[in-house]
Amino acid sequence: MTDNRKNLALVQKGLRRRYRAERRFRLYGILSISFGLLCVLLLFADIISKGHSAFLQTYIQLEVTYDSGILDIDDVSDSGQVALGNFDGIVRAALLEQFPQVSSRRDKKELYQLVSSGEGFELRDRLVANPALLGKTETLWLVADDDIDTYFKTLDDDQVFAGMVSERQQAWVQALVDADRIKLKLNTNFFTRGDSREPEQAGIWGAAVGSFFTLLVTLVLSFPIGVAAAIYLEEFAEKGRWTDLIEVNINNLAAVPSIIFGLLGLAIFINFFNVPRSVPVVGGLVLTLMTLPTIIISSRAAIKSVPPSIRQAAIGIGASPMQVVLHHVLPLAMPGMLTGAIIGMAQALGETAPLLMIGMVAFIVDIPSGPLDPATVLPVQIFLWADSPERAFVEKTSAAIMVLLTFLILMNTAAVILRKRLERRW
Amino acid sequence: MKSTIKSALTGLTAVAILSGSQAFAAGRDYISIVGSSTVYPFSTVVAERFGKATGKPTPKIESTGTGGGMKLFCSGVGAVHPDITNASRRIKKSEFELCQKNGVTDIIEVLIGYDGIVLANSVESEQMDISRRDIFLALAKNVPNPDGSETLVPNPYNSWQDVNPSLPAVRIEVLGPPPTSGTRDAFAELALEGGCKTFPFIKHMEETDKNGYKATCYTIREDGHYIEAGENDNLIVQKLAANPSAFGVFGFSFLEQNSDKVQGSLIEGHPPTFESIAEKSYPVSRPLYFYVKKAHIGVVPGIEGYLAEFTSEKAWGEEGYLADKGMIPLGDDLRTEYGDAAREQKVMSGKGL
Repeated sequence: MTDNRKNLALVQKGLRRRYRAERRFRLYGILSISFGLLCVLLLFADIISKGHSAFLQTYIQLEVTYDSGILDIDDVSDSGQVALGNFDGIVRAALLEQFPQVSSRRDKKELYQLVSSGEGFELRDRLVANPALLGKTETLWLVADDDIDTYFKTLDDDQVFAGMVSERQQAWVQALVDADRIKLKLNTNFFTRGDSREPEQAGIWGAAVGSFFTLLVTLVLSFPIGVAAAIYLEEFAEKGRWTDLIEVNINNLAAVPSIIFGLLGLAIFINFFNVPRSVPVVGGLVLTLMTLPTIIISSRAAIKSVPPSIRQAAIGIGASPMQVVLHHVLPLAMPGMLTGAIIGMAQALGETAPLLMIGMVAFIVDIPSGPLDPATVLPVQIFLWADSPERAFVEKTSAAIMVLLTFLILMNTAAVILRKRLERRW
Repeated sequence: MKSTIKSALTGLTAVAILSGSQAFAAGRDYISIVGSSTVYPFSTVVAERFGKATGKPTPKIESTGTGGGMKLFCSGVGAVHPDITNASRRIKKSEFELCQKNGVTDIIEVLIGYDGIVLANSVESEQMDISRRDIFLALAKNVPNPDGSETLVPNPYNSWQDVNPSLPAVRIEVLGPPPTSGTRDAFAELALEGGCKTFPFIKHMEETDKNGYKATCYTIREDGHYIEAGENDNLIVQKLAANPSAFGVFGFSFLEQNSDKVQGSLIEGHPPTFESIAEKSYPVSRPLYFYVKKAHIGVVPGIEGYLAEFTSEKAWGEEGYLADKGMIPLGDDLRTEYGDAAREQKVMSGKGL
């Protein structure tokens, strides 16, 4: 009796301390989660505040005349004439028409810098698509040069960036503002073009297509190989020294720095098998090596989680081992395997280091049309833009990060949904 | 059913690898360029214009660094090897010999222009006027003993004023590229060595102890006053804007694009401007080159066209679009000389490297 009371007093004495410890323990958890969330929020806020302006682009409205005299073209169907056509000339003529008072050579040169140097090619494509335009006049919104774009975007801010814009050019921009001939419009180039050295002409589409082909090759190779390896190791291989050795090696491979896979890819695929450099096939092969361990490990975990009773029941009604695996174990393990594959793919999507060695860190303008065309990928595009001197590439970099993050979020959400929808709990 | 899918996929793997090597056998229909990250911004503009104007595939350009580019370029003749390499210095004798050994015997050398390297700080601070001798004393690992004896001591200077009383009393803090960078090599060669040579006893070492001379003039201090800030020049600019007492080392085009944030220090009285680099009064500038494999001309389509575009007046001329991108053009006579070399496909002899 006295013993009991003594114990009770002892418990009650320590009770408050234990409650406090409990509360503290939970608080630590909440703190670490909030810290993580705060970091993510800061990252997003920084990227979005820097990158949102890249989705808009400054356009200048001009009256463009397809003057056959300036162009030196009398027949649009003659591709030789079109190739030599002076399309920059008609852009310049349109600018001079807008500002007729500009006359000296030096002033004209500054005036011509208002419009992006790529717009002449744009007009060429318009004329080829519609030959009836020759000799006619059109009112068009032309893409402004990146220096003008940066200046115009900061015009309403406290700190105007006029470092690359002369005073005369600032006056012209003001005149255009007064005439309502300059404005920000949705930057369609950014979503439809490949890379360019002119920030206003540069787009993310080339890199997105490159990423798609690279991931396609990776998926087509790594998923079947990974699943086959996992099934054999889990279901058929005899447990012993050899399987242990293989398991240790696979786990090791998952932790190897990705650049090593790039070196391996360079030595084997490019130098030995003569696969061309810089193409999605070789990128996909290298990323396959990198994602295989992830897929094998997650597939093995998925197979392990299928209860043995299923296998025993199947064998009990006369299924062969192969039938047990293909008809029963594999369908049940599939959601887990797919989740692993998607996470592996998301990892591969964000990878640049191994691609450095195999030449995918490159300037590529043309949109790749297949896995054997030279291509680059989204994270590499971000890396290349971040390294460019032009000021306008800073916002392009952040915008490209936003695009990459969107893809990653989509893929990871898909993995979560798949797991939630299809996974069966035993 | 599953197994048929699997065998089909394994087949696809084999096809993918095979078709890869077939594409190689068929050759390449686009130009492949590698090399210096300093020349990259210029050669990419030319490539893009060339592609758009001719409708041919746009050349593929990899930024591998000058040394890495030379290694790839000199590894042989054939579609897997690049056609052109960019360089922010002249080809070295060892590289030229490697090329010869691997069958790359005919190389066309084209000097395209100059690039200035600047020492800059935030516009919020005072602009500095510094000599190469001061730069050497402030940044070298070992410097001549301040007591005047002809010995080398580990760099004792902590502030710019310690180096030269006319400089500000600010702690020496310079952000610059790591040793793998061509910009760092050029900065060491042009600024540090330039200052180093002004000490007669070190200059004398060049004849007696070449290795000792190089070690003295090229080695940058590692005691926290020179901070390796990575290869990304934009990052250095951002850090300078945040820290007004620090200086940074980077290429001229980045200075031009960020003139609202950073200013270049005067070196021996010369400001880093377009004009002063072009007329070579600004002392820290380096030549930019590219090298063409003659054996590939006519085999890979478009190389002549690319050369013609690069050496056209509208590209590399005084008022050309490369000058707009921050490349400092050559003088008229050099433009004529190297323009002719490109047109006539003049092979370099390798003498005088």
